[in-house]
Formats: sequence, structure tokens, C-alpha cells
Amino acid sequence: MTSLQQVLAKGEFAVTAEVAPPKGTDTAEMMENAEFLRGKVHAVNVTDQQSSVMRLGSLASCRLLKESGFEPVFQLTTRDRNRIALQSDLLSASVLGIENVLCLTGDHITLGDHPQAKPVFDLDSVSLLMAAKGLTGGTDMAGELLEGTPAFHLGAVVTPGYEPMELQLLKMERKIKAGAQFFQTQAVYDPELFRRFMGGAKELGVPVLLGLVLLKSAGMARYMNKHVAGVSVPDSIIDEMKKTDDKVATSIKLAARIIRQTRGDVSRGPSDGNGLGTVCAGYSHGSRHIDLTTEGKNNTGMPGNCDAGLQMN
Amino acid sequence: MIITKAKPFAEMLQSLEGEETVFLVGCAECATVCKTGGEEEVRQMKTSLEQEGKVVSGWVVLSPGCNLLEAKKEFRKAKEEIGQADSLLVMSCGGGAQIAQEANGKVVHPANNTLFLGTVERFGHFKEYCSMCGKCILDLTGGICPATRCPKGLLNGPCGGAKDGKCEVNPDNDCVWIEIYDRLKEIGRLKGFLASSVQVHDYSVNTNPSTLVLERDKT
Repeated sequence: MTSLQQVLAKGEFAVTAEVAPPKGTDTAEMMENAEFLRGKVHAVNVTDQQSSVMRLGSLASCRLLKESGFEPVFQLTTRDRNRIALQSDLLSASVLGIENVLCLTGDHITLGDHPQAKPVFDLDSVSLLMAAKGLTGGTDMAGELLEGTPAFHLGAVVTPGYEPMELQLLKMERKIKAGAQFFQTQAVYDPELFRRFMGGAKELGVPVLLGLVLLKSAGMARYMNKHVAGVSVPDSIIDEMKKTDDKVATSIKLAARIIRQTRGDVSRGPSDGNGLGTVCAGYSHGSRHIDLTTEGKNNTGMPGNCDAGLQMN
Repeated sequence: MIITKAKPFAEMLQSLEGEETVFLVGCAECATVCKTGGEEEVRQMKTSLEQEGKVVSGWVVLSPGCNLLEAKKEFRKAKEEIGQADSLLVMSCGGGAQIAQEANGKVVHPANNTLFLGTVERFGHFKEYCSMCGKCILDLTGGICPATRCPKGLLNGPCGGAKDGKCEVNPDNDCVWIEIYDRLKEIGRLKGFLASSVQVHDYSVNTNPSTLVLERDKT
């Protein structure tokens, strides 16, 4: 059982932060960024050719991070590999000691830097989960028996800000049936929206990690509203970013507030018998770091891109 | 029908470099509807080539351009004109171009790019609704094909990328999974989809190049 899995099973706060492999072989910056996270997160999320931009692989990066003492979450997309390669990479992950796997379909190739490439999508996130779960049961997708069976802690993603929300919840349920044991969400800035989403997601009984992306400016918020699907930054937050003289401080304050607000919401869980909920997150903002595990009160250094964890039982 | 688009004239002309005389082959069906190889376009092509100093020894519009026996028959009738030509310029789909070569043995040049199996929305408006995957799941998905109409071919529900109901890959298109969802609710079949097993496409049913021979009735 991975430490992330243990934390989630105990109903405690889970914190993960994203680490992006470099475009090239110089891993120094990735490892430096990860260093900020040491001791602050339960796991580092390692992206797989994020935004369809060709980079160093997630699996090799996961292994490097593991050798440095981090617990990686191996992100695996179906965009670039067929079911043979995906199952093989899952077995490779297992023998390299990597067991947290986040199963994604991945962005479309036309959105990345190699738009001429062949989009594979032999499987999708749901069938990838099914394949991974099958491997843990000792058989591959063809029904052939494995010599040596891997163990995985399987994750998936969900977009709370999607319209219609019910359709995301239905897909979420399908992912759980296929094998998903935890979820990470698309970035959420609207606690009210998240509350509504958790209203439906809670009963599915699977831990949900709230996703957060630190805002750099009002422009970035407006850009995301316009271009990033499922992300909706409320006007009040955009206004705060616009008016502030210290964007970094305000951004951190806003993120901490979102976590407090969602934590507050979820903390009502036990009273209605739905279990514990907790939130924490890690961010970087240039040279200033913050540890949101204590709701932004502690400036002890905490970078990474964006992941917050909200755990629901 | 097979949707084709004419290659840029300059590119097509380049493929004819070093050749003086060509014979034109059109198609009375798909390419006619696509305005890429009907009689009108064939005549226009003849004029354009002659303006470029080429000799057009003759032309024929096959019905359809992808039928080997039809091509052989029509080519026999035009034997003399074809004999004078250095090559055939085929204004149909990729299937038609290859059939023309098989029927005659002359060097062929495609005048069109072949794009997709299209439905006709109205004159000149074509959409891809079917990608000929060989294993139809329309019954499960409310008569709307996600394998074709979702750019990722997702078979088990939407990605998180739709914005205001539009596809993240091409915002001109509605997210097909939202359409499927609405339709399944409308016809009372959402539960059936939800209860269905994880959908995985079986590519072994349709390995390129496919062939099909109809079984003859023995009675």
C-alpha cells in the first residue's frame, strides 16, 4: 500500500503537488522544484506529456523522484500509446516500485507541439483503469495470465465545473466501477460550485483531491475562464487580483481561503455520517513559497505547481 | 459518401511535370456531389490544363469511379484517347485513382485528396458521422457515434474539456457526449448505457486492407 493510499484510507489530509518533467534531459530544475516539497507532501504528481507537449517521460521522472525519496504519482495518458504499450508501462512502473497511477485520456494532440502526430486513444481513461485493475488481478486485457502480479493505487480525474455536472458524476461513477480508487479534480476557485459537486460525489464513497492552480494575475484568471474548460474563476477573485499591489501575496491568500472554505464545507461531513474531510495544498510563486498545510499561516517553503488535496471518505 | 477536396492546382500541375498529354477521369457519384470530379469540374480542368500548355486527349466520367468493371468498360471505349496520353489524371477518391490504374496500367495522378466518409447536411455541407470502425455501437449511444464525433473517440463518456457545450478540440462542434447524454435521457435509455460494461474498441474486426466477398445464395 502506498503512503498516499494509507493517508487516504485513514481519512487524513492528503497533499500532492505537481512536478513537470523537462523538455530535454536536464532534470536539475525538476529535482530542485521537488526539493521544496520534501516533507510537505504525501506524493508528487508527475505529468505525462502535459498539454500534449513532448517531454521527458513521466515514468523515468517518477523513478528519479523515487530514488530521491519522494512518493510519485505516475500520470499515464492514453493519447500516445496503445493498450499493449500502456499495459507494458504499467508493468514497468510496478517493477520500478511505482504504484500510484493517475489514469487519464490526455489532451488532444492538436493542442500540443506535435499536431501532426497520430492520435492513438486506443483506450480511454475508463478502459485504462479497467486494464490496470485487471493487471492487479493477474491478467492482461487479452485474458492472459501474468507471471508476477503488480499492485496499484489507481486514480482518475474529474471536472467539477463541467456543465452538465451530472454527466461528470456519471463518468466518475463509471471510472470507479472500472477501478478508480481516488480522484483529483480540475482546478476549483468557487467553493460554492465545489460544495454542489461534492453533494453528488460524496455518495460515491471515493476520496477526492481538490485541484488548485495558483493565479499569477487577473489576466491569467480571465484567460482560464475563456479558454480552460471546466475552470471558472469568480469575478470577486479576479477583482482582488486586479486591485492588489502584491499579486503573489494575494494569490497565496486567495488559495488559502479557497482551501479554508472548502475544508469548512467538507468538515460538516462527519455530522451527516459521511466521514472526515480535510484540505491542504502546496504552491510555488517565484521565490516565495507557502505551506498551505496550515492554511497559509506558515511560510516554510512549499512549491510545486498546484495540487491540493481534499480527502473525503 | 466519400468526401474529396481538390488538390491545389499548382501541386497537381507539378505532378504532371514532364508529361505533355493527359486523359481525365471523373466520377459521377461522390466526386460529382463534392464538386471535385463531375462533368463540370472535368471540363473546367481540361480548360485549365490547356491554358497551361497541356494536351487533354479526352475524358470520361465513370459511374462510379471506384468500380473496376465499369472503368475497364469505359476505358476500352476511349482506348485511342487514352493511348495518346502520358498519364491519367483521376478526379475521384483515392479508391477511384487506384481502380483507374488497375483497369488500364497507365500512370495515374490523383487530382483530389480524400477526406472522410461524409453525410450530406445540405448542398456542399458534409459531416463525418461514421468512421467505418466495423463494430457499430449506435444502439448503446442513442444513435450518435462517439467513436467518430468525439475527436478522442471516447467510448465511455465525456472528457472534462467541453466549454459551454462545445468541444475543446474544435469549438465549432458541440460536445458529442453532451448530445448523447441528452438523447439517452430523452429516449429513456441512460440507465442502459450506465449499466453497460466498459466499452473497448476491437480493432481486429477491421484490419487494413479490408475485403468483403458476399456469400452467394446456394438455393
